[in-house]
Amino acid sequence: MRNITLSQAVNEALAEEMRRDPKVFIIGEDVAEAGTPFKVLSGLVEEFGTDRVIDTPIAEPGFMGMAVGAAMTGARPVVDLMFGDFIFLIMDQLCNQAAKTHYMSGGKLTVPLVLRTNLGATRRSAAQHSQSLQALVAHIPGLKVAMPSSAYEAKGLMKTAIRDNNPVVIFEDKLMYQDKAPVPEEEYLIPFGEANVKREGSDITLIATSSMVQVAEKAAETLATEGISAEVIDPRTIVPLDEKTLLDSVRKTSRAIVIDEGHQSYGVTAEIASRLNEKAFYHLDAPVLRMGAMDVPVPFSPALEDITVPTPERVVENARKLCAGELIHAA
Amino acid sequence: MPKAKTNTEDYLRMYRQMVRIRAFEDNANQLYLSAKMPGLTHMYSGEEAVAVGICEALTDDDRITSTHRGHGHCVAKGAEFKEMFCELLGKAEGYCRGKGGSMHIADQSHGNLGANAIVGGSMGIATGSALRAKLQGSDDVTVCFFGDGATAQGLMYEVMNMAALWNLPVIYACENNGYSEYTKTEEIAAGSITARAEAFGIEAHQVDGQDVLAVNDLTQKLVARARKGEGPFFMELMTYRYHGHHVGDINREYYRSKDEEKDWKENRDPIIRLRSFLVSEGIATEDEIEAMNAEIEKDAAEAVAYAEAAAYPPVNEVDMHVYAD
Ligand SMILES: Cc1ncc(C[n+]2csc(CCOP(=O)(O)OP(=O)(O)O)c2C)c(N)n1
Ligand SMILES: [Mg+2]
Repeated sequence: MRNITLSQAVNEALAEEMRRDPKVFIIGEDVAEAGTPFKVLSGLVEEFGTDRVIDTPIAEPGFMGMAVGAAMTGARPVVDLMFGDFIFLIMDQLCNQAAKTHYMSGGKLTVPLVLRTNLGATRRSAAQHSQSLQALVAHIPGLKVAMPSSAYEAKGLMKTAIRDNNPVVIFEDKLMYQDKAPVPEEEYLIPFGEANVKREGSDITLIATSSMVQVAEKAAETLATEGISAEVIDPRTIVPLDEKTLLDSVRKTSRAIVIDEGHQSYGVTAEIASRLNEKAFYHLDAPVLRMGAMDVPVPFSPALEDITVPTPERVVENARKLCAGELIHAA
Repeated sequence: MPKAKTNTEDYLRMYRQMVRIRAFEDNANQLYLSAKMPGLTHMYSGEEAVAVGICEALTDDDRITSTHRGHGHCVAKGAEFKEMFCELLGKAEGYCRGKGGSMHIADQSHGNLGANAIVGGSMGIATGSALRAKLQGSDDVTVCFFGDGATAQGLMYEVMNMAALWNLPVIYACENNGYSEYTKTEEIAAGSITARAEAFGIEAHQVDGQDVLAVNDLTQKLVARARKGEGPFFMELMTYRYHGHHVGDINREYYRSKDEEKDWKENRDPIIRLRSFLVSEGIATEDEIEAMNAEIEKDAAEAVAYAEAAAYPPVNEVDMHVYAD
């Protein structure tokens, strides 16, 4: 199988879906000629023209609202939000409008749109360009949330998102755009709500999303050298969440750490950990541990930024303690 | 350019401040190119007359809000090189103890409420500062700096409406440098930018942003009137950025030509223009100007060296300042 970057994978998914369905269009800032600051969309405007790859002024609430209206009336927009942090600007259109329309209309109206955006710190971009805000949107019923962890997932999840009849938010890890992974030439889709067991193990389950999947895999390798067998699971979508795969694993290993780059408090890790507690409590040998980003705005200084996110070393340390039966005060 | 006034000190200070901004940016760019600066930064070079012309009409009690392209505003409002370079490098002695970096430098001591990484994000803040001045009976004025691209944000129209309704002492300073990121202004702005302010009954002016004396002259008049409760005002300053959108934006020919860049740099540079005015009016000699330039370059180089050697914040500062005491 060929290796392509996450950026190319997203580009391919969009191109394939736009060829398949003329109702799909892209809208956002500097998406056309510039192909976004991350160059993810390069070449699309050449193939599909400026009617389907639409550059907007810097007016996020405006073009997000327009995407909602276009989606309600028969188009399938893919909104490009340059940084995940800008979700705060479009919250009303996304959460009060897009998320609720289908329900409020008694199932009569649908809003089939995709919001493509990103997450992730340690890029030295400071507090307004580094947040991982997936928990905020996952909290709102009516929105689906996908979190690809490699080029393979990025492509398959994007194609599914475009075909879904609901608003779907996809968070890409901006540090991963140039990372390569094997991606089949032939078409494939990744269904929502199907976790991926990345590595099998028997002593502890590491459940990790997006950027944290690599962190968990590295930790698992180190743990293996110490005789601790860690299972690594990537939920791939946090809404819908594949509870069954997670529960089956935890019932087997009896220990779990949940790792996500969003803030730890009231976050994705808290939600998953509490579901495991509720549904696998009697199988657990240790409390389920959460590892999220520190509850601070992302600092600019490298000396501070690097300690705000979970690292393989800290996952290893915590896993070791959990397996040794030591009590941990959350990292 | 107008005839020299008796107060030549003002002219020399404006020249000095513009050269300081240019020197700061040249050094910041160098830090990026030599991989010594974490992350990216947006250069203000070419737009110096805007920040300096405006800030020289303000006092330390007057406030400004700044943008992602904020080094120029910061220097013009009175900031020191050392603290600024320390902030750019994420060091503890930076204006924000390394927590903010280039896109969030704030300098409380000179009334700079901070750069902002959200385009248009400071318009509410600036207008709110003006509301406070009115409510508390202070006569300070707030200047809101923002780019042409930011005029697309709806927030601007919400706050201009209120500022006009309540006669707030705020001056909206739109730095029209012809581009937002990789897109030309005419592709993102319908109609006229000044007419939008006028629709709210706000007096609006378009001014040559490469002419520091024209900018300063207009700002002085508007600030004086805003202090008396005649605000708000709107200025559109026609200017140009010499570098890319950010320091990493090197290949720009797909969105703007080298000829265009050359024309602005060679024929409309605000520093060259003021320099020839100073010389032709007998305010300074070429030698005096060269000496001033050299001194500023030395200052900047020393500040860079200082910042490079300075310490990072101790890690226990990471969860400090999340909440105020
Ligand atoms: C809300 C928001 N949208 C998009 C961006 C990304 N962005 C940063 S600067 C910029 C262009 C701003 O253009 P302009 O206001 O003209 O300022 P200039 O860079 O030309 O000084 C964009 C789109 C952002 N930082 N914030
Ligand atoms: Mg601009």
